[in-house]
Amino acid sequence: MKIGTPKETFDGERRVAMTPDSALALQKLGYECLIETGAGLGAGFSDEAYEGAGVEVIKTAAALWKEADIVAKVRQPNETELKRLTKDKTLISFFNPAANEAGMEAAKAKGANVIAMEMVPRISRAQKMDALSSMANIAGYRAVIEAGNNFGRFFTGQITAAGKVPPAKVLVVGAGVAGLAAIGTATSLGAITYAFDVRPEVAEQVESMGAEFVFLDFEEEQQDGAATGGYASVSSPEFREAQLAKFRELAPDMDIVITTALIPNREAPELWTEDMVKSMKPGSVIVDLAAEKGGNCKLTVADEKIVTDNGVTIIGYTDFPSRMAAQASTLYATNIRHMMTDLTPEKDGQIKHDMEDDVIRGATVTFDGEITFPPPPPKVQAIAAKPKATKPELTPEEKRAQEIAAFKAQTRSQVTLLAVGAVLLLGVGLVAPASFMQHFIVFVLAVFVGFQVIWNVAHSLHTPLMAVTNAISSIIILGALMQIGSGSFLVIVLAALSVFMAGINIFGGFLVTRRMLAMFQKS
Amino acid sequence: MDFGFTTAAYVVAAILFILSLGGLSGQESAKRAVWYGIVGMALAVAATLIGPGAGLWLLSILLIAAGGTIGVVVAQRVQMTEMPQLVAAMHSLVGLAAVFVGFNADIELSRVMAMDDAARKGLDGFAALLAKKDSVEIAILRVEVFLGVFIGAVTFTGSVIAFGKLAGKVDTAAKKLPGGHVLNAGAAFLSAVLGIMYFNDAGIWTLILMTLLAFFIGYHLIMGIGGADMPVVVSMLNSYSGWAAAAIGFSLGNDLLIVVGALVGSSGAILSYIMCKAMNRSFISVILGGFGGPAGEQMAVEGEMIAIEADGVASALNEADSVIIIPGYGMAVAQAQAAVAELTRKLRAKGKNVRFAIHPVAGRLPGHMNVLLAEAKVPYDIVLEMDEINDDFPHTDVAIVIGSNDIVNPAAQDDPNSPIAGMPVLECWKAKQVFVSKRGQGTGYSGIENPLFFKDNTRMFYGDAKASLDKLLPMID
Repeated sequence: MKIGTPKETFDGERRVAMTPDSALALQKLGYECLIETGAGLGAGFSDEAYEGAGVEVIKTAAALWKEADIVAKVRQPNETELKRLTKDKTLISFFNPAANEAGMEAAKAKGANVIAMEMVPRISRAQKMDALSSMANIAGYRAVIEAGNNFGRFFTGQITAAGKVPPAKVLVVGAGVAGLAAIGTATSLGAITYAFDVRPEVAEQVESMGAEFVFLDFEEEQQDGAATGGYASVSSPEFREAQLAKFRELAPDMDIVITTALIPNREAPELWTEDMVKSMKPGSVIVDLAAEKGGNCKLTVADEKIVTDNGVTIIGYTDFPSRMAAQASTLYATNIRHMMTDLTPEKDGQIKHDMEDDVIRGATVTFDGEITFPPPPPKVQAIAAKPKATKPELTPEEKRAQEIAAFKAQTRSQVTLLAVGAVLLLGVGLVAPASFMQHFIVFVLAVFVGFQVIWNVAHSLHTPLMAVTNAISSIIILGALMQIGSGSFLVIVLAALSVFMAGINIFGGFLVTRRMLAMFQKS
Repeated sequence: MDFGFTTAAYVVAAILFILSLGGLSGQESAKRAVWYGIVGMALAVAATLIGPGAGLWLLSILLIAAGGTIGVVVAQRVQMTEMPQLVAAMHSLVGLAAVFVGFNADIELSRVMAMDDAARKGLDGFAALLAKKDSVEIAILRVEVFLGVFIGAVTFTGSVIAFGKLAGKVDTAAKKLPGGHVLNAGAAFLSAVLGIMYFNDAGIWTLILMTLLAFFIGYHLIMGIGGADMPVVVSMLNSYSGWAAAAIGFSLGNDLLIVVGALVGSSGAILSYIMCKAMNRSFISVILGGFGGPAGEQMAVEGEMIAIEADGVASALNEADSVIIIPGYGMAVAQAQAAVAELTRKLRAKGKNVRFAIHPVAGRLPGHMNVLLAEAKVPYDIVLEMDEINDDFPHTDVAIVIGSNDIVNPAAQDDPNSPIAGMPVLECWKAKQVFVSKRGQGTGYSGIENPLFFKDNTRMFYGDAKASLDKLLPMID
């Protein structure tokens, strides 16, 4: 089968869905590769480079769409492109299915299969084709670079002969893939970086990237991001208030603010209000990565850079990945290539569109003349297993009842034991002579004391306990000592042997215990 | 000689012994407690030598000194990994001493019984004590002697075999003569018959024959118990040596012997109980040997064991913030505790949270792992018990299993048909990543397949534990 990539038609889009490298890999899967002439120019890949990798260069888009069985592209297809779909063709592209009903209807009418790259489920196995993440990574990096470009100072603090330079302070709001990439870039440039996210469990990730997590003083059971497939969801008004108050407090200190807060299929939440912008120092920079969805800052103008009256630059570009077209194309083409690998289990150049596969099923939005969006939840649990349901809290009455029951059971078993023990003792006492009973009492008490004492011994000291009980069990030496002086030769020999052996035990046991105990040290 | 003084000394000694055992509740107080034990023992021996044991006292002191010298030498030379053997060997000495003392009591009894009243009056020491007894007391005395000798004899051969197994001189696999438990039961029954004959004045030969039978029982019983059950066996023998001392104490009418015997006996019994509970097995099933057969089809294990090299383990450790190490008998066998301690030091120096998780039956002796780690200078406050640490595994980056198998087997929780179902285990598989240092792919002592090794987050780090760790150490930076 043939896989083709047309030139992107969207204005200013420089990325391309196939690189010479990915074409080589695709050919290994058994596909023939086609590319529209000039498709890779924006990303720095010439037609010659493609030809060198064995890709057939096609003159026009129309011819390419006609010839290719599989079309891989970056941007959501426009109407003309959708019209070029036919039955038996497969389109792999960003598709924005949640807000592209018309597009899905058109593809359905044509009978083509469409795989939307943004619908790849977020499970470990599918990470290699998660184009959203690879693009977000680039956006995060580029956001810092753009900010630096518009920021009049160093990121890193320096003390030079010409004076002291304070380090820049960067706040990253939203610690998703883009946010983490931004944090990593900012810290490696030397800025002091702070980060915030509504999902407290990412604090660890934030700190691992070298930033400080901004915690809120907020008493509410915070949502677990893992329950929503790793994405943030809408937070309560109280939480939002606490969050804004914190930002207001931070705003005057920050030199650069990068907002990345997006909630799937919703308008971006407003997190950086006008008054915060006003309180910032002149020369500060805000990069709003959510500009496409309305922006986290209401002053943001999509695709533009503006400067406010108090000298704060607000960058609202929506094409960060495209601004790094070479890198973005390489990563995206690799994502596509991995998707093709999964679609071609036999490596024979034939697509096997397996709707049982979680990843492929999840990403497919139209299949066989049907709209298959939204997909069912993946069979494999996404990202993290649900925390175990906690046991329902017992009411005080139930607790009390349980305690009473336990106490009664304990009393019953103790009383039974005591009664049986007492009866046995009395029984023994009836037959045994008084002299025996005297010793017997001592015995029973000693066993009792032994049980009480030994339960308290620390587990880690069980070996010393054995050694020490070993040493003191050679108390049997007393018996031998008493016998050694009285009686026949045989008695003396046996007693002497016993004394000798017990002697070994006493010294050996105690010494070895001391040796062991001396080794136990506190850190 | 004034026996009142002796009794007073015994009371003080008994209290000191109780304090010495009680002091073992904490590492610091234990260092003081062992001195209580030593003073108590010195007091008891001295008081006996001055009082009722004054005859041939010079010989006694010489023998104690000779035995003591051997004891000191052994105690100083023994490797901490050889601790289980040493403990077993020392049990056997106590057992044999109990047998001898029991025999002596019988010989003396016969001699005293043969005397007329006038001669009895002239007796001193132990014989004088016997002379005062009436017929009921003598019957009871015989029961006590019989029990003391029986338990002592079982302890003796049992400990010798346990020593052989622990030292690797006897095959550690569970072995039984044809006839199995019937043989033991027969021997025990015969002993009981002999006992009844002995009570009825049948003479000392019954006692000797019974001793031989008891020797056999001890031998056969422990031969039938495999290596991993040794913690239970050793603590059981510990208990027996105590009961033997107590029984002898009864026959000699010596309260201190009774008290100490009871203390030691209950201590061993509690240890055995703790060990059995840690394996979720009844005491009887351990003693009778072997695992209860599987109740049904065991769950099939899916997946494959994935091996990893030292550099992979090193990079995971370098990135981890929290590490839990689970040592087992394999660590002791490979003498790897020093390497483990070095690894711990390096990781801790980098500010990582390194802790140890100790299963109650890890190793061949209760608390065996704690002693080994202490020897290698691992601070005891990072060495935790199973219950203390089991909840922490989900927040742990890396768990390293070194030479343990059954105590980290998830089948105990997941598979109701597993032979070890219900045994409490260390839930290391909940850690983000698990490394298992193991010699080869085989199953452990119990022959149970371990699904842990097949889990997605488990990597097998094959090789001798010490060699593997030595390879790993230079890569930790």
